[in-house]
Amino acid sequence: MIEIRLFATLRENRGKILFFEPENFPDANSILMKLDIPASDVAILLINGMHSKPQDSVKDGDVIALFPPVGGG
Amino acid sequence: MRRIKISKNDESTIHKHLKALIIEVDKFRVAFPQTETDRWVVLETERPPALERDCMIFVRPKNVHHKGRNPCFLCTVQKEERMTTSYNLKMLRVNLTEKSIKTEILDEALAKKFIGGRGLGTKILYDEGVAKVDALSPANKLVFINGPLTGCNVPTGGRYMVVTKSPLTGMIASSNSGGVWGARLKYAGYDAVIVEGKADAPVYLSIHDEKVELLPAGDLWGKESTNVEEILKEKHGKEASVLNIGPAGEQMFELACIMNEADRAAGRSGVGAVMGSKLLKAIVCSSTRTVIEPFDKEKLREVVTESLRKIRENGVTGQGLPTYGTAVLVNIVNNIGSFPTRNWQESYFADADKTSGETLKEKYLVKQGYCHRCPIGCGRVINMNGKTVGGPEYEPIWAYGANCGVEDLEAINEANYWCNELGLDAIGAPTTIAAAMELYQKGYLKEEDCDGVPLVWGSAKAIVEWTKHMGYGDNKLGRLMASGSYRLCDHYGVPEFSMSVKKQEMPAYDARGIQGIGITYATSNRGGCHVRGYMISPEVLGLPEPLNRLATEGKATWTKIFQDLTAVIDSSGMCLFTSFALGAPDYAALLNAATGTNYDVEGVLKVGERIYNIERLFNKEAGMVAGDDTLPKRILEEPIPSGPSKGEISKLNITLPQYYEVRGWVDAFPTEATLKRLDLL
Repeated sequence: MIEIRLFATLRENRGKILFFEPENFPDANSILMKLDIPASDVAILLINGMHSKPQDSVKDGDVIALFPPVGGG
Repeated sequence: MRRIKISKNDESTIHKHLKALIIEVDKFRVAFPQTETDRWVVLETERPPALERDCMIFVRPKNVHHKGRNPCFLCTVQKEERMTTSYNLKMLRVNLTEKSIKTEILDEALAKKFIGGRGLGTKILYDEGVAKVDALSPANKLVFINGPLTGCNVPTGGRYMVVTKSPLTGMIASSNSGGVWGARLKYAGYDAVIVEGKADAPVYLSIHDEKVELLPAGDLWGKESTNVEEILKEKHGKEASVLNIGPAGEQMFELACIMNEADRAAGRSGVGAVMGSKLLKAIVCSSTRTVIEPFDKEKLREVVTESLRKIRENGVTGQGLPTYGTAVLVNIVNNIGSFPTRNWQESYFADADKTSGETLKEKYLVKQGYCHRCPIGCGRVINMNGKTVGGPEYEPIWAYGANCGVEDLEAINEANYWCNELGLDAIGAPTTIAAAMELYQKGYLKEEDCDGVPLVWGSAKAIVEWTKHMGYGDNKLGRLMASGSYRLCDHYGVPEFSMSVKKQEMPAYDARGIQGIGITYATSNRGGCHVRGYMISPEVLGLPEPLNRLATEGKATWTKIFQDLTAVIDSSGMCLFTSFALGAPDYAALLNAATGTNYDVEGVLKVGERIYNIERLFNKEAGMVAGDDTLPKRILEEPIPSGPSKGEISKLNITLPQYYEVRGWVDAFPTEATLKRLDLL
């Protein structure tokens, strides 16, 4: 399973944690499309804690974390 | 105050037929170097009439007397240069020992050389020999100083700095705060208040325009922030702004901070202890004025419009911070596995989401909190058991949360509230509690030391109760903890359990998983600190561009640039958070329009570099040595044991020498060539 963690405003109408079958999702972009999240709404995309891009591949057991533009302090 | 250039004529050449205008002025002082015939004169008069070039005027300054008369000078107006400036060019010097209050002129050239705030405050203390004094002695000085943009009609133009020698680190302390106090001081007519000496009994300072007095504070001593604010506002008016210390500062604890508006803090480096050592409980400030006249009003308006647009359109300042506050970082930093947990023994906290900005918003948020002239509103006003109070930032949420193993956000809210009430550093206090929890875990602290509240990981009760013990100083361990994690751990023979640099506790980002912030921590002039070179922005948030957090290449140069630009912002009176949206060209343009300087990007960054270096010179005078630029052993030698950044370690051994090279420093200190280049010799 691929674990998808959503944060901040991306949680709205979607939930906090989702699990997807790896077979249907070869890359992060396919996950964004399934969740109806425009790439421009994602400021930080992590695959297993590392900053990644939508075109990067995903595999069984990966943890994807998605954040909209956020702050610091 | 208007400043007009005039040339003074020979009095014997009065021409009867000329239309002459008599202007009575309060003060007549020469502000610039002048030649025999050509003088720039400051006419301090509230509303001078419109003066045309070449018109003749009589100037009668009230403060000039000659042979029993108050003479008139015939002058010709030359109105070529605008001379208004957003500096007041006036400071207060309060000597508590002598009970004296004096106004001083702030030299404009000096002000511009160091901008204001952090830069100018450090320069003043450096010149006055404060680097060598004992921080808690009457010889230390406290500088409350705003910047040229404080009080101006610019976004976030309301910040001030408290600059002094730190009792925690023994080095320069410069603590930044928002709210409205800094703006009030500016409107009252002062760029800074310098406090010296020590009172013989608790006092507070009251400032209302020209009326400045020291008043007894016996009945305020011992009281918490909200109470002090209520009492002083009752006495001095609802519009007055109150700055105060709590019981922690009164007892001169090294973790004591200075509060204003009861929930904004000049938090770090023990500045509250210095104020307490002088028996100064509060400074209340109000003013008649509500605007500051800049050098070029139209230009400033233009630059501000553009800046506001950028701030509103930027995702961080326009959406992220307003919606979730700084607490939004909890889930980000945790998910990259660089979220220090249980005193940095780990770096991933499974329950982090329970303490996140999302959860805070969902369960406790009442509304946004705003500082003076701020369009962002990152502050959190929360519901704490039916009471509306200032809520926690990312740092105390992390420090009371993951770093103590605590998942209870309600307890974190309460502990943070006590930091505000008692005047404690909301990073230093909880990270010291975490150090105490490790001491307890490893048997250095025993149950009998803990007064019925054992310092165990995850204890919601412990984080609240021990904050109170530290702030009130009402038990032995509480007082020891209030001196900071270094002194606490050193007491038990294990200083390496203190996650600090230069004895100041590090904040909420694991330098093993983020290389650039490690350089910032190691080299910050005030010790463990993230804001002085916020490398998190590129390395974690991808702003202004994404950098690989694990890489070392280029990090030294980036850190220097961030540090230099931050020094500019910290000295200007604006909030650091604008830098998510604005860049060096924007700050240069704002300063130029407000003060009449002519900075380009390179020029303004050079001033920032100068400020960074004068701080380092102060530290050198104070006894800093090269080895002080380092990180705790755990960060240098023990890899993160688990989570997304498992196995990572800090590569400071690579980046530090690179950093010294880009700085033009050798063995941690600037070379003569560097000092010369920066006009510091």
